[in-house]
Amino acid sequence: CSNKLDLFPQNDFTPDKAYSSVDGYNSVLAKIYGALSVGGNTGGGGQPDITGLDEGSQIAFIRPFFNMQELPTDEAMVTWNDQTIKDFHNLSWTSTDPFIKGMYARPIWNVALINEFIRESTDAKLNERGITGANATNIKNAVAEVRFLRAFNYWAAMDLFGKYSFLTEADAVGVTPVEKSSSELFAYIEKELKEVENILPAAKTAIYGRVDKSAAQALLARMYLNAKTYIGTEKNTEAATYAKKVIDAGYALTPKYHELFQADNHTKTGEIIWAINCDGLKTQGYGNTTFLAHAAAGDDYPDFGVNSGWAGYRATKGLSSKFFSGNTTTTNDKRALFTTSKFRIDPVENEIDDVSNFANGVHVKKWTNNYTSGAKGTDITGNFVDTDFPIFRLSEMYLIYTEAVLRGGTGDRNLALSYINKIRERAYGSTSGNISANDLTLQFILDERARELYWEGHRRTDLIRFDQLTTSTYLWPWKGGVSAGRAVDTKYKLFPIPAEARTVNTNLTQNPGY
Amino acid sequence: QRTITGKVTDATDKSELIGVTVSVKGTTVGTQTDVSGNYSIAVPNNQAILVFSFIGKTSKEVVVGTQTAINVALVDDSKILDEVVVVAYGTSKKADLTGSIIAVNAKDFQKGNIQSSEQLLQGKVAGLQVTSGGGSAGGGSTIRIRGTASLNASNDPLIVIDGIPVEGNGIAGSANLLNTINPNDIESMSVLKDASAAALYGSRASNGVIIITTKKGSSGKPTFNFNTAVSAGQVFTKVDVLTGDQVREIINARAAQTGDNTYKNLLGTENTDWQDQIFRTAIGTDNNLSAGGTYKKVPFRVSLGYSNQNGILKTNNFNRTSGAINLSPKFLDNALAVNVNLKLANTNNRFADEGAIGSALRMDPTKPVMTDNPYGGYYQWLDGQGKYKQLSGFNPLGLLEQRDNTSTVNRLIGNIELDYKLPFLPDLHLRTNLGLDNTKGSGTDLINALSATNYLTSGRLTDYKQSKSNKLWDVSLFYEKDLVGIKSKIDVLALHSYQDFVTNVYNFPAYSADGKTIIPGTEPIFATDKPQYRLDSYLGRINYSFMGKYLATASIRRDASSKFSPATRVGYFPAVALAWKVRDDIFKNSKIVSDMKLRVGYGVTGQQDFGQFYPYLARYAQSTATAQYQFGDKFYTFYRPAAYDANISWETTTTKNLALDFGFANNRINGTVELFQKDTKDLLATVPVAYGSTFDINLFTNVGSLTNKGVEVVLNTTPIKKDKLRWDLGFNFTRNNTEITALRKQEDPNFTGIPVSGISGGTGNSIGLHAIGQWPYTYYVFQQVYDENGTPLEGVYVDRNKDGQINDSDRYLFQKPAPSMLFGVSTSVNYNKFTFSASGHAMVGNYLYNNLQSERSVLRNLIDPLLVINNATTLLTKTNFFNNRYLSDYYIENASFFRLDNINVGYYVGKVFGNTTLSLNASVNNVFFVTKYSGLDPENSSATGVDNTIYPRPRVYTFGLNFDF
Repeated sequence: CSNKLDLFPQNDFTPDKAYSSVDGYNSVLAKIYGALSVGGNTGGGGQPDITGLDEGSQIAFIRPFFNMQELPTDEAMVTWNDQTIKDFHNLSWTSTDPFIKGMYARPIWNVALINEFIRESTDAKLNERGITGANATNIKNAVAEVRFLRAFNYWAAMDLFGKYSFLTEADAVGVTPVEKSSSELFAYIEKELKEVENILPAAKTAIYGRVDKSAAQALLARMYLNAKTYIGTEKNTEAATYAKKVIDAGYALTPKYHELFQADNHTKTGEIIWAINCDGLKTQGYGNTTFLAHAAAGDDYPDFGVNSGWAGYRATKGLSSKFFSGNTTTTNDKRALFTTSKFRIDPVENEIDDVSNFANGVHVKKWTNNYTSGAKGTDITGNFVDTDFPIFRLSEMYLIYTEAVLRGGTGDRNLALSYINKIRERAYGSTSGNISANDLTLQFILDERARELYWEGHRRTDLIRFDQLTTSTYLWPWKGGVSAGRAVDTKYKLFPIPAEARTVNTNLTQNPGY
Repeated sequence: QRTITGKVTDATDKSELIGVTVSVKGTTVGTQTDVSGNYSIAVPNNQAILVFSFIGKTSKEVVVGTQTAINVALVDDSKILDEVVVVAYGTSKKADLTGSIIAVNAKDFQKGNIQSSEQLLQGKVAGLQVTSGGGSAGGGSTIRIRGTASLNASNDPLIVIDGIPVEGNGIAGSANLLNTINPNDIESMSVLKDASAAALYGSRASNGVIIITTKKGSSGKPTFNFNTAVSAGQVFTKVDVLTGDQVREIINARAAQTGDNTYKNLLGTENTDWQDQIFRTAIGTDNNLSAGGTYKKVPFRVSLGYSNQNGILKTNNFNRTSGAINLSPKFLDNALAVNVNLKLANTNNRFADEGAIGSALRMDPTKPVMTDNPYGGYYQWLDGQGKYKQLSGFNPLGLLEQRDNTSTVNRLIGNIELDYKLPFLPDLHLRTNLGLDNTKGSGTDLINALSATNYLTSGRLTDYKQSKSNKLWDVSLFYEKDLVGIKSKIDVLALHSYQDFVTNVYNFPAYSADGKTIIPGTEPIFATDKPQYRLDSYLGRINYSFMGKYLATASIRRDASSKFSPATRVGYFPAVALAWKVRDDIFKNSKIVSDMKLRVGYGVTGQQDFGQFYPYLARYAQSTATAQYQFGDKFYTFYRPAAYDANISWETTTTKNLALDFGFANNRINGTVELFQKDTKDLLATVPVAYGSTFDINLFTNVGSLTNKGVEVVLNTTPIKKDKLRWDLGFNFTRNNTEITALRKQEDPNFTGIPVSGISGGTGNSIGLHAIGQWPYTYYVFQQVYDENGTPLEGVYVDRNKDGQINDSDRYLFQKPAPSMLFGVSTSVNYNKFTFSASGHAMVGNYLYNNLQSERSVLRNLIDPLLVINNATTLLTKTNFFNNRYLSDYYIENASFFRLDNINVGYYVGKVFGNTTLSLNASVNNVFFVTKYSGLDPENSSATGVDNTIYPRPRVYTFGLNFDF
């Protein structure tokens, strides 16, 4: 009776069953995209992809990425006592940090799944399964998309950690990743993006939720702008070139800035090049925009369109001072989304005397679950948020183009100035905030990026590019753990390779200083 | 017809025996001895045979002949060594045991109000730790035999009920599957501790085995027993939280100091003790009727029980109706022995929302219980729009009274054993055991539409349902031979066993409270699921005895489990044990040494009991309706690959056991000293693997090893044994040491360990570490710094690595949750018609992380940033911490304790009417405990040692009547 012991699950699929139809492929593809939005297989948590860590705060993509890009900067500070979370703003993290561990684990998990998808999508496999014609073509096109997503995951890891674990579809499940240096990763990502740039659908032709050519170009532009950080060599001409490709593909700024960050921002595809989807009913996660809306809310949560405020995240006056000079509290810049029904923007409140007191600091009402119509999100309990998380927006491309040109890249300075003024005109609702060519300095661009892109996950990368993250050139409250701010060791430009990742994979080496 | 009179005495101490049953064999005539041991009975003729029987004594039969007065002395059958003990696949005389097996009979069970059978063994067996999960009605316990042997697989012992290894895991609707067995139906429980005893159950015996044997029919005319008891349980410990006045004082003082009246304005005027609001005196009853004897040559026992128990937490209730039938007829000139058992139980549970206990500690004591609001009048914090303020605490009374979670669990355990002596070779028996264990659980959880918890969906109604079916088929040959010529006895067992475990899971959507609207996102992806596993086993055992004093046992079991791949599923589990009756050789004529036996055993057991059913298979799982991704206008569910280990296989434990059994002074002092070592290798553990190499950073695989060694001492004494007065005193002690010896496939000096033991408060905080060279779940904390008065300084820790900053690298390993030592003590005094007994147990060296204090003793609790006031524990007034300092070692507390489990007083009334005798008993369970631990109760059933808000164990007073007729 030995074969009586061969039992199989009723509901789970063996791989051959999972990939037996186009719908199966789409469901794996949905997981590849979805892994950037929710951390597991149950909305709100319960079946995490990566175990042993907190599903919402440590292994999803958006929230850990946000924590690591924003908390170490002037743009965000947290009141909570979650494990080591305060180490981020203090710039004092260690290689055993669980948040860092989760964010190290996530991109390579996504890559492993992408590699599996590519392996299951060869002509031979499709033939074997009788998938032909348009179905087969769709799957082959999806391979280009997942290659883009693999490049994106590697870019995020490279930006945070420098070197990183590396696998391609040639590495079957069970293979221990090798380590690639930042410049090796840069070369690989560049090669992949340039290849898929030609295969992906034309700009604005992909269906909602999926990437097109512009996404690949936008990532190239962003990567080239930071090439000095990644490979030690400037690539400003390339940055300007690729930013311009996107700009010229037919995008336009959405008239109202704040609508880019609310529940119906999926309609803002004129400006948003690619966003990670979130949905209050069907794509629920404590690690996506649900977190961004709740964490910034306190007792003023009705303003955010959610059912509660977690009284956690706010900004230092480093951010508000980009909008207000001295002790003024008014601006015509509509991007200054700092006032709520409970919190005013005033000099006293801007000071953070007590790190754990949510009332101290600059309150940010940028991410909400409100519809343009005034309605709240689709989750009637008000818990999960519908707002998508834009990864690339047109205004970032304007800023990249301008900065690349200012840094010596080949391009048109007047065109750059006109791009910046487009951003300014939207911000001010008129030309009153427009700048002149003399105002167009690199420091201005850095500040303008803070004004335009705050709380979207750019700030740490930007400060590193300007060498202001660890140095005393620019100090913000509680930088380095002291209220006046202080310079810290340059090692904090990169996050450490998690100690545990190294003990289970001896190919990995530690970043300097850790 | 004439009358015989006489007196029945105790053969040892000549005391008169009260209540001895005297009957005429083969008739229904019978009587009992009176207070002086005298009886009088009518006999039909001189051929009549009188049968004298009494619990604890060997029955005696006397042919009447011409006598008119017959005085009888009954011999103790606590001539312990003749006691028959139930062992794996059979029975054995206690004297002939080679392995470590402790049998506890009904008369020695824990007394008083016991709802769940495992609690009968509390403190009774060295090396056995029974820790109830709390005081809920019908709630279960964690059972550990000789500590823990596994990290991520089960550490629960295998439970065998009348030969059927039963499903240990729970079922929907049941707090505890063992509560379906009526403790009154249990005759004995054998605890198999070492591998030589347990290896016969091979694959599932790594954590020891508990064999539960239910009561059987006896010879003689049917007798009846009826017992009834009523009990009352009370909370006797509460958490010290601030009163309304204290909260007002602190907040007012703070407002005066800071000039900020935000929180002052939130204060109420009450002094509500929320704990008083949720607890009550819990009344329970327990009634059992049984009949046993022989009817038309068929020995039988039938019983009926009804128990109804309220929990001390309002709304909590458990009731059980149970029935059991045993028939043990013999056919074909006694060549075919049949044993049929059928046990049925219907249990009904009403689960209280135990979140109310934590809520009662958190809710603002300055507020009233009830008020005018949309939430059924239960006071809640409201936001500016008059709606429940999300994330603020829930009204604890509302949690209880606005929720009705009731379930029904029906269980049937039945088996038929046949034992056929082959006519041509009567030493050879062909045996078979067919068993079935069927359980169905279902229930409905209804949250009122007005409840603040689910107001936004107009309440919540969820159905749940599961059924489990466990089928067993054993076939065996048993050969037994007395080889008188070579002074040897031998018996051999060969067995094949096949077991199939099926669970049927039914999934339902959640509805609004009126049952009409499906709550979005709650539709299940699959209406059903059917996890299943099977075991196919062969077993051989040989027992050999030479000159009655040199004993040997050897066995081997081959198990195949469907949980492993065809290449790895077979495991072999051998065991061997030797025993030498030292007394028979060396102390043969000693007056002092009445018994001495040396035992040594070695064996290997396996483990495959863990939560997964197909851990070796590559597979994709579908996501729920709330985890999908939108492409175009369509949402797609996720297919997610699981991490798997194609080569996963058995975890094995090798046990070595060395023991000395002794008895002195006619066994008035007897006991055992035992040394054991358990080495577990190929641990089924979830450990980190190279990130990216599979679909998780942790993999459930065979890795690492763990060692568990210890000493057990059992000492039973009878300090006084006189006419009418007997005092017994028993004591057991266990010293245990567990150490993780490896956690990695390769050695790695940089590996600190695996973080474990998640805590409440903050997100993702964990307080423990599995680390090499340490006990499992050793705490991993910061070292607190104190001022000169011994008050902890908030957030100040020792810079242990002296790098000038305090960060994660300064955490250190400090203490562990498991006890180093266990003690059990029990005593009984019999004087005339009175009995008195008491028992208690203790643990030493167990530490708890007091999560309640770390979370709820800071000022931030009172002035919550959500702009609500929560309560705090009174520790706040001592530490004055503002913020939570979760990872400080300040909250690791010594939780060593002694608990007096039970005091019982019994009185034998004697005949009350006709042949009916009555005895009375009164008990107190959970009398008191002594500890330094500052939490509610130092006894914690969780492996991680994180102590939050336990359901308090009540002190229970029970009064019972017992009728025999």
